[in-house]
Amino acid sequence: MLDALWLSLRTTLAAVAIIVFVGTPAAYLLATHRFRGRELVITLVELPLVMPPAVAGVALLAALGPGGLIGGAIEDSGLRLVFETAGVVVALTFVAAPFYVRGAQVAFASVDRSWLEASRTLGSSEARTFMRIAIPAAAPGLLAGLALAWGRALGEFGATLIFAGSFRGRTQTAPLAIYERLGTDFTAALALSAVLVSVSAALLLSIKLLSGRQAFDAVG
Amino acid sequence: MLSVEARTSLGRFELDATIEIAAGQCLAIAGPSGAGKSTLLRVAAGLLRPDKGVVTCGEEVWLDTCSGANLAPEQRGCGYVFQDYALFGHLRVWQNVAYGLRSQPRAARRARAHELLERFGIAKLADARPRTLSGGERQRVALARALAPEPRALLLDEPLSALDARTRASASRELAGALRDTGVPALLVTHDFTEAAVLGDRVAVIVDGQIVQRGTAGELAAAPASAFVADFTGAVVLTGKARVGPDATTIVDLDGGGHAVSTDRGSGPVALSVHPWEISLEPADAPAGGSAQNRLRAEVVTVTEIGNRVRVGLAVPQPLVAEVTGAAVGGLHLAPGVIVTASWKATATRLVGL
Repeated sequence: MLDALWLSLRTTLAAVAIIVFVGTPAAYLLATHRFRGRELVITLVELPLVMPPAVAGVALLAALGPGGLIGGAIEDSGLRLVFETAGVVVALTFVAAPFYVRGAQVAFASVDRSWLEASRTLGSSEARTFMRIAIPAAAPGLLAGLALAWGRALGEFGATLIFAGSFRGRTQTAPLAIYERLGTDFTAALALSAVLVSVSAALLLSIKLLSGRQAFDAVG
Repeated sequence: MLSVEARTSLGRFELDATIEIAAGQCLAIAGPSGAGKSTLLRVAAGLLRPDKGVVTCGEEVWLDTCSGANLAPEQRGCGYVFQDYALFGHLRVWQNVAYGLRSQPRAARRARAHELLERFGIAKLADARPRTLSGGERQRVALARALAPEPRALLLDEPLSALDARTRASASRELAGALRDTGVPALLVTHDFTEAAVLGDRVAVIVDGQIVQRGTAGELAAAPASAFVADFTGAVVLTGKARVGPDATTIVDLDGGGHAVSTDRGSGPVALSVHPWEISLEPADAPAGGSAQNRLRAEVVTVTEIGNRVRVGLAVPQPLVAEVTGAAVGGLHLAPGVIVTASWKATATRLVGL
């Protein structure tokens, strides 16, 4: 029970960290640069949004699993994903990333372009402009996207089950633990559900507060 | 010396312009919206790469599309004042001003920012957020921010257009002073000819991506190359000192000699504006008559025909421009050197405090 919650916390944090680290610059580039194939990249990034989680799990297996498209290369590198904790992180990242990238892209696109240009004329490179101007200016939107992605990762069920399985202490996250206890120990399942509801509600509330502040900032 | 040569497609037409500005000089590019003014500015700053072009500043080549040289904006060192000022909303005023001083320690950056804010009379706003500032204050912060890293050229995009009429006069005077002090080439774009005349040492009029005429504001108003330039230049501006006159009028003692009468109120240094078509010309010895309260002895400097109208550049001795119909010119034998009387009504004379 507690180890499922602990595993959920660790895997979602790891997934969110990956999403933020890779997704923030990616969202910035998508928001501020026009390049060939941009629409295709956006579609691919957003695809998991509309994909049934079970399909996402199957897709991950087909791509990264043993005998999958690049499964061999992953196996050769010594990394094991399927039925492993690392696999949970991969599934969560895949499913939750679009929630963050979409929000971040909108947040970056709404940053006044002349701010970015002013920063450049004041001697800052594009990378420094990204760090010093774009991120602080888009911060409320980024945080809102982060909360959404985290919430989605916490609730992830289908893709994790199919790609990583449900092994106690290794891949059994809180939602999977709830499903397993449902038949045997309803009280425990109920308690764990209550905890997840509280966490999700807290996340949702923080989104409301943050997006409210963002609207205020935009007016100011 | 800043020189910009750019050719690039702007959709409906092509921008094709060459400009050169000496150190300490301000060139004002004036033209209607969408004429390509801002594009030229962006090319100079490196924010836009033209199809073909060369940008040099002093000995440095910033852009040469033939050789492929293209310095990034951050390497050019242009002070850029954006139309909406583009102050960073998440930073305090002093942090905005200090933003371009990255190589110095924090204390030195803060000191330099305060020194500039002091110079523009807004030191007390150092810790304020940009959204709490008035338009005039934002403009000063934007100018201080652009000047802080000691730029090699100054680029200004409609620096006064976001201000209300009251703030504009003082902001314009301040800006003119700052432009004189920098000692670097300044390129300013505006859709307002009066603004160009006040701030620019020279003015270039741009229409549909082409510079149609360049010269001093006086030259452009006196001898416009086309009907468009004639209309665009609008009112002629004279400067002087105002004092109270009889019958609720204001008398302006013009700088350089002569005086004019206006029904507007004003005191101290003022700019007096009158439209060229309000001014009529008479022989110098004609008896005073009619309702025109302004009668100035003027020497004809230029005579330019535009369609069925004639633009006459005059020296009173400040440059003044009259636009009269061909028929009215007939008996005057207008030619450079001829002395005439320029007259216009006090009600056609606008005053703006300087």
